[in-house]
Amino acid sequence: MTEEIIIAGFGGQGVLSMGKILAYSGIMQDQEVSWMPSYGPEMRGGTANVTVILSDDRISSPYLKVFDTAIILNQQSMDKFEESVKPGGILLYEPNGISHHPKRTDINIYQIEANKLSTEMGNKKIFNMVVMGAFLKIKPIVELENVIEGLKKSLPERYHDLIPLNKEAITKGMESVTPYMAEQVAN
Amino acid sequence: MSELKLMKGNEALAEAAIRAGVDAYFGYPITPQSEVIEYLMTERPEERTGMVVLQAESEVAAINMVYGAASTGKKVMTSSSSPGISLKLEGISYLAGAELPSVIVNVVRGGPGLGTIQPSQADYFQSVKGGGHGDYKLYVLAPSSVQEMADFVEDAFDIAFKYRAPVLILSDGLIGQMMEKVNLKEQQVRLTDEEVIKLNGDWATTGKTKNRERNIITSLDLQSEKMEARVRRLMKKYEQMEQEDMRYEEFQTEDAEYLFVAYGSSARIAQKAVQLARAKGIKAGLLRPITLFPYPKKVLFDLADQVKGILSVELNAGQMVEDVRLSVEHKVPVEHFGRTGGIIHTPEEVLEALEQKFIK
Amino acid sequence: MNVLDIIKPENQVFCKSKLMTDTTLSYCPGCGHGTAHNLAMEVIDEMGISEDTIGVAPVGCSVLAYDFMNIDITQAAHGRAPAVATAIARTWPEKYVFTYQGDGDLAAIGTAETIHACNRGENIVIIFVNNGIYGMTGGQMAPTTLEGMRSSTSPYGREIESMGSPLKMTELVANLPGVHYVTRQAVHTHKHARKAKKAIKKAFENTRLKKGLSFVEIVSNCNSGWKMTPLESNIWMEENMFPYFPLGDIKVNGILK
Repeated sequence: MTEEIIIAGFGGQGVLSMGKILAYSGIMQDQEVSWMPSYGPEMRGGTANVTVILSDDRISSPYLKVFDTAIILNQQSMDKFEESVKPGGILLYEPNGISHHPKRTDINIYQIEANKLSTEMGNKKIFNMVVMGAFLKIKPIVELENVIEGLKKSLPERYHDLIPLNKEAITKGMESVTPYMAEQVAN
Repeated sequence: MSELKLMKGNEALAEAAIRAGVDAYFGYPITPQSEVIEYLMTERPEERTGMVVLQAESEVAAINMVYGAASTGKKVMTSSSSPGISLKLEGISYLAGAELPSVIVNVVRGGPGLGTIQPSQADYFQSVKGGGHGDYKLYVLAPSSVQEMADFVEDAFDIAFKYRAPVLILSDGLIGQMMEKVNLKEQQVRLTDEEVIKLNGDWATTGKTKNRERNIITSLDLQSEKMEARVRRLMKKYEQMEQEDMRYEEFQTEDAEYLFVAYGSSARIAQKAVQLARAKGIKAGLLRPITLFPYPKKVLFDLADQVKGILSVELNAGQMVEDVRLSVEHKVPVEHFGRTGGIIHTPEEVLEALEQKFIK
Repeated sequence: MNVLDIIKPENQVFCKSKLMTDTTLSYCPGCGHGTAHNLAMEVIDEMGISEDTIGVAPVGCSVLAYDFMNIDITQAAHGRAPAVATAIARTWPEKYVFTYQGDGDLAAIGTAETIHACNRGENIVIIFVNNGIYGMTGGQMAPTTLEGMRSSTSPYGREIESMGSPLKMTELVANLPGVHYVTRQAVHTHKHARKAKKAIKKAFENTRLKKGLSFVEIVSNCNSGWKMTPLESNIWMEENMFPYFPLGDIKVNGILK
């Protein structure tokens, strides 16, 4: 199994850390992983993206043109990466702030209202874990317990009391993800 | 005990340096390799092993600190990125001339000038064709994974001390910044001063004892005959490196009709291009030089009998391609493909280039 | 007193240190470098620390210091001796590490390395021989060349307006908290040489006590570069160099005088 994922959004949305937790989860189940971020000044307040690959085999290129899954968290990233999803692949996005919804009909599109849900749960920092839950519902490539182990590895120890809340966020994301049909938008 | 971790290439290199029992690191921050010194400063290696870590006032000072510690037989290293390496070249030439074991790491970014902070492989010429002044070469290791960023630290020091010569680890922003699973070796004990004197006291400036002549470290020989003898000694080392320590890796070359030659991050991308090509029925293969000097000339010369075309894939405007052409001696067409300016070519682009140049 | 009396050991006032080799000095007759070398070697010998001393030679006239000093020496790139010494002192904290540098090396191309090694308070000794000129390369202007002084690159005399003022590096580093001891000496007479030796000894004692950086400037002559006889150059030095670069302690035990 090889899963090639791009996660893209604003710096501060937890894009890179979500990728890191996913990569750690892969390690927990003995997979090969790579995590390749965009880096440099463009990240400060601008867009951030990370390519995450989980595979049972040695990973060749950590940098890709097309992806099995694109997780898209802002409009710029939608503009940039909608076309990068392989036919039959998955596009998961957060609709808050998206004016131009995806148009492709050859891929499976899902929405997760992570902004609203994390606000309701009282902590905006778990935004990315709601998205993570939505992704894992669509593609259960890593076990929940491995995600929790991955969280423990990537979170500094002083934040470990937040792990139950993160777990709750993942569950919320799993429950709340909805399919989206490109035809629904008349534009 | 060895340990499995998810780390950036730069961090893995820094952690491996502590674990390899390195005595000192001297550096100066520059993107995209600042994680090396940041990691070392955070880890307090002076408490873990007694390793010295110092942020120098410049790259120039840092490389000369390397020269100082190396002249006393200690295991010492520095790291930087392209513009910083340009500044270090004077010192690197002195390290080569004075025959000092040392490790220099270049996490390459795009140039010339201030260029870009994004990944590049445009320092190939600088690395393998001398770079600094005078008749010298560097043993150049090109890691293509986070694991190799860690493993090559120890390999580099083994070579550095085997030959009493500076060794360059030529990485780039992609390998430095990405995270992968890395298996870290167990902690080695750093040598004591007595052990350093026992191992290197025959040449290093560790303090003149009564039982030996004074040791002098210099790259200066005002007598031409002596200087020529020094240059010949260096050339002999490089010949021995070619015979004993050249490294490369082949990927699906057995039946290959077309060959990619790529190192470091480009080798990873070209490997994927091989997979994409094979899925389309094109028999492609990959030769990855692991050492850029010594270069796998003979391997390429032999592969040239088997393939119809060779594409040198590099994140630059065409540098290593010259060595590929020299190696195959016009037996087969050799072309270059590569993006510059910090743009990373995709596996699809690489395959397309192969098709355009040789097949269509 | 006849010659036979003079050569009796009890009448000896000055001799070559045991730590100086028998290699003929490459310095011009009349140059102060030989005396400065000898004083440093005498101090190291008398303190019994030669086995634990590592010297760092510069680029300049004293690039070949390792030919004359019978101790382990690493020769540094131009100006980088303080960085080289920093690394040796950091990785061998029990050793005595000193640099021996001229004015071009220390005060021009190596200004950054000098200031930062001083500012970090590295536990080393810097011996700075200032003769106001580039001797080795044939008498070009140095950062310490005096106003109006002729050199091959200031053939009509140093003009302050276009070439800047002679740099008082020693006063400059004295202001840095990491520097423990700063003094300016000379070696052209027995009296001055004795004082300079005391200063060098104090500097190495500071290393033993891990006090940080000791900086000993030696104002010296360059009769060849100044185009004078040795005697003329010493008189010229007293009349012109000393007023601008006054001799004496500038900072002792971390306190400015």
